[in-house]
Amino acid sequence: MIRTRQLTRTFRSGKRTVEAVRGVDIDVGEGEFVALLGPNGAGKSTTLRMLTTLLAPTSGTAEVAGRDVRAEPAEVRRRIGFVGQGHGAGDDQRARDELYTQGLLYGLDRRTARRRTGELLDLLELDGVADRVVTALSGGQRRRLDIAMGLIHRPGLLFLDEPSTGLDPHSRANLWEHVTRLREGFGTTVVVTTHYLEEADGVAERVLVIDHGRVIADGTADELKGRVSGDLITFTTEDEDTARLGAKVVEPLPSAGAAEVVEGAGRDHQVRVRVERGDAALPGLLRSLDEAGVTPLTVSVSRPTLDDVFLTLTGRSLREGE
Amino acid sequence: MTARTRAEPPSEATTRGTMVRDTWTVFQRQGRPVLRRPALILFGMLQPVLYLALFSPLLEGLGGPTGEDARQWFVPGLLVMLALFAGGFAGFGLLPEMASGAHERLLASPASRVALLLGRVLADVVMVVAQTLLILVLVVAFGFRVAPQDAVVGLALLAVLGVGLSTLSYLAALAARRTYVFAPVVQGALMPLMLLSGVLLPMDLAPGWLYALSRLNPIAYVVDAERALFAGEWGQAVALGWAVALGLAVAALAVGANAVHRSAR
Repeated sequence: MIRTRQLTRTFRSGKRTVEAVRGVDIDVGEGEFVALLGPNGAGKSTTLRMLTTLLAPTSGTAEVAGRDVRAEPAEVRRRIGFVGQGHGAGDDQRARDELYTQGLLYGLDRRTARRRTGELLDLLELDGVADRVVTALSGGQRRRLDIAMGLIHRPGLLFLDEPSTGLDPHSRANLWEHVTRLREGFGTTVVVTTHYLEEADGVAERVLVIDHGRVIADGTADELKGRVSGDLITFTTEDEDTARLGAKVVEPLPSAGAAEVVEGAGRDHQVRVRVERGDAALPGLLRSLDEAGVTPLTVSVSRPTLDDVFLTLTGRSLREGE
Repeated sequence: MTARTRAEPPSEATTRGTMVRDTWTVFQRQGRPVLRRPALILFGMLQPVLYLALFSPLLEGLGGPTGEDARQWFVPGLLVMLALFAGGFAGFGLLPEMASGAHERLLASPASRVALLLGRVLADVVMVVAQTLLILVLVVAFGFRVAPQDAVVGLALLAVLGVGLSTLSYLAALAARRTYVFAPVVQGALMPLMLLSGVLLPMDLAPGWLYALSRLNPIAYVVDAERALFAGEWGQAVALGWAVALGLAVAALAVGANAVHRSAR
């Protein structure tokens, strides 16, 4: 659905040249649900704007829905849906009218446009506010209207630029539920930019981590976490000697890193060790401890977060900007 | 929504948009809020009506320079003033849509680029014609004299002028992007255009340098043409006014079409 090669965009700001996107190669197959994750200013939106023909690339190529964004922008536009960062509906327009207009602009005949308008208002639970002026809608309702406008022509490929920014957690969950449902219904390919870790983690099937205009990691959230940091296994022991013995036992285990003993007050001595896959390593680890006569009080496995991934890759936390 | 229906193929099965169809769609989109609240039409009429009520009586007191009937002289210019400000301020309608993302959403659609501009411009023009028509009805009710065919041609000329001005205003809005940049630019352009057009007082009264300046102002030619038309004097002034308004409209649309093509590339 998407194929870019060395896609680059620079901006001139006064005398300085800012490289917003630096030679990005992206391949997205049909039906995929991909998140572009990165901090603000990483180049996610600039990439998206090039893919949706809103911005011309400085160099490189991008083929979207089978058409080149530079040679045939109009053909690309016909085949994609786009939900931008802002609100797409005019302030003094009614929700229903904007949706219908959008259908006509995407080339639907009047009857089809009217029918789909009704269907989408229904599907996105906007039927109750359809004849209100857009400014009378809540933030969540306006966002759902934006999504509806992106779907009126049933695109095979849908772009969403920071779709959940400014929404409360409930509306956000609601939004993703809608997008997921639509995807299941129509097999739509979805590309979304976000700086919310939870979204990239929980909703998308594949994550492209973008920083300073480059794709620095690409894979499923689980792959990224597994590849970069490993899981953390923590167990506690009754006393310090047992903890040290436990650390000696777990260190030689396959794929384990250096074990770290953290002294706690009283009976809370911790041993921490990073392993490639915690769930797979745990049975062996428990057996080895048992054979050595170490009885852990508690054991926990924590998977790394995407923030750990980002931290490992860049030395910075994604959350810093928030 | 449960079965994996691919429904109709995305776009091949649907009608292709054309420039004319898209223009009509954008035109209707612009018109809907006005039709819902027709009082919006009266908004732009306030200023000319105030000039009519509170300024034109002064001209009658002046006597002489504006001919024996001051109102017959003043009203055609007043209509041009209305078209000038309505067209010049048109860009204000686009600025919030640029800020909110509505304009971007339209740019991301396959709608004809020219239609996105032309639909708005034509909606503005219809608004100006409606407003000038209402003013005309008002002044005729108070004794203003004009032959119907002269009025029709006069309003048509204003419509052509409106196309040029409104297009230029959208271009300025696209370039300025922000209201606090756009507002002073437009004010700074419209005030001299109005003052140098001879709408308020005849430019014949002006000293040589000021008169020369007014001859550089396209609006002045349209004002002269409207006055001639409403007086039933079809002649050189009318031809010149039409030529200037048409030239302005064609030039503005050419630049505008080029700009909207580039704005999304």
